Amino acid sequence: MSSTVFNPFAAIGRAFLGATSEIGRLAIFAGRTLWACITPTIYLREVLRQCAQIGFYSLPVVGLTAVFIGAALALNIYTGGSRFNAEQFVPNIVVLGITRELGPAFAGLMLAGRVGAGIAAEIGAMRVTEQIDALHTLSAKPERFLFAPRVIAATLTLPLLVLIADIIGVMGGWLVSVGALDFNGTIYLRNTMEFVTFNDVITGLIKAAVFGAIIAIMGCYQGNNSKGGAGGVGRAATLAVVSGAVLILASNYVLTSIFVQVGL
Amino acid sequence: MTQSANNPILELRDVVKSFGSKHILQGLNLSVSRGESLVIIGGSGTGKSVSLKCALGLLKHDAGEIVFDGKPVKDQKSVEDVRERTGMLFQGGALFDSLKIWENVAFTKINTGKVSRKIAKQEAIETLAKVRLGASVADQYPSELSGGMQKRVALARAIIDKPEMIFFDEPTTGLDPITADAVNDLIVEQVKALGAAAVTITHDMASVRKIADTVAMLYEGKIIWCGPVDRLDDSGNEYIDQFVHGRAQGPIQPAM
Repeated sequence: MSSTVFNPFAAIGRAFLGATSEIGRLAIFAGRTLWACITPTIYLREVLRQCAQIGFYSLPVVGLTAVFIGAALALNIYTGGSRFNAEQFVPNIVVLGITRELGPAFAGLMLAGRVGAGIAAEIGAMRVTEQIDALHTLSAKPERFLFAPRVIAATLTLPLLVLIADIIGVMGGWLVSVGALDFNGTIYLRNTMEFVTFNDVITGLIKAAVFGAIIAIMGCYQGNNSKGGAGGVGRAATLAVVSGAVLILASNYVLTSIFVQVGL
Repeated sequence: MTQSANNPILELRDVVKSFGSKHILQGLNLSVSRGESLVIIGGSGTGKSVSLKCALGLLKHDAGEIVFDGKPVKDQKSVEDVRERTGMLFQGGALFDSLKIWENVAFTKINTGKVSRKIAKQEAIETLAKVRLGASVADQYPSELSGGMQKRVALARAIIDKPEMIFFDEPTTGLDPITADAVNDLIVEQVKALGAAAVTITHDMASVRKIADTVAMLYEGKIIWCGPVDRLDDSGNEYIDQFVHGRAQGPIQPAM
């Protein structure tokens, strides 16, 4: 009787313990990986290879996302602004929205899909085919040879991607404003350049670096924990995308709060 | 049963390993001498791979003791020492997909940076020749090779650093009989050339007869028979008889 009554509590307790132990495992994994990122030996060849994989090959998807986001943002701001005769603020709000928020957030989310899933699948496949065990037997540490290069590459290349996305996003807004909303192209660009500040850009780039680290760490963590063959690798890729996306959005709020607090 | 051996390089003493409620190793005792080739046989799920992984520190055993070259393997440093002095051929080869064949073979040399990449490549090509693979495969990727060739590359990776001991995890699984025999020949040849101890786990009785000096049978987490390979057919052990002759009827229940 008592066991029946306390079953819900036991279930809640198990879930709580499971969640806290998972957080603990992730924290230890992230700590070891970040330590490997800042202490020798760093495999530069692997870092460069991952920069190409993560950064260069993500340019088309990030660029396309940015141009459409910028264009849609301009249309929405124009529609909203016209309700109180504030259409002229389209360039200002587009550049502010893109650099501070939408550029890093959308680039991060797109990379969580493209790169996070890819990393999880690759490392998951290495786990189930015993390649990670083989690394251990060859006296190589996976956190140095596999995880750190991916985290370094994602942390370095995502800010660059976001910088490019910022420019493309603003140009998306410019295209719609000039082509469909009868803005003067030169004045639009002058307003944009006069309004945007160094802080607007740098806060977005700081966010991007954090998002890059999150994407790579979650991909490596889920891939490293995958088990059970192809199904396990698939689950790892899904978990990497979902957990990466949620952490990006949560850390986006935290970082924005910090930037507001410190006046950036 | 405990296998007796002189001058053992590896000893497993009463090793216990469980996964949750599954008790895989239940007091495993095993020892391998220098220059000896020990083959562990046993049905699926009896803990053959687990015992190898415990010996290499890839899995942490729950109880018992593992001794390598007279020293207990109990911390990360001793595990690293075992790994530096041993080689391992994994069941599926476990070659790194993203690296070229020569980079796979010379992985430790490149990784430690003790030699230049040029010299490492030359040594890799020389080692590939020992397993009858030409220099032309050096710049290919693992996915471009057949299963038999991948096993030979994995063997080359296992022997390039001249280990004192080599572990083979089902080296002929998935190969046709002729390729399997060729791989067995290479294993025997290279282990003898190095003077290394070898521990092989396999289901393949042709491999057992070709590779083994000593055979140990693992059943329900313990060694139930251990003896020289030429005693395999008159062991007087009904478990061995059933396994050697591949009969479904007998004391061992088929894994279904």
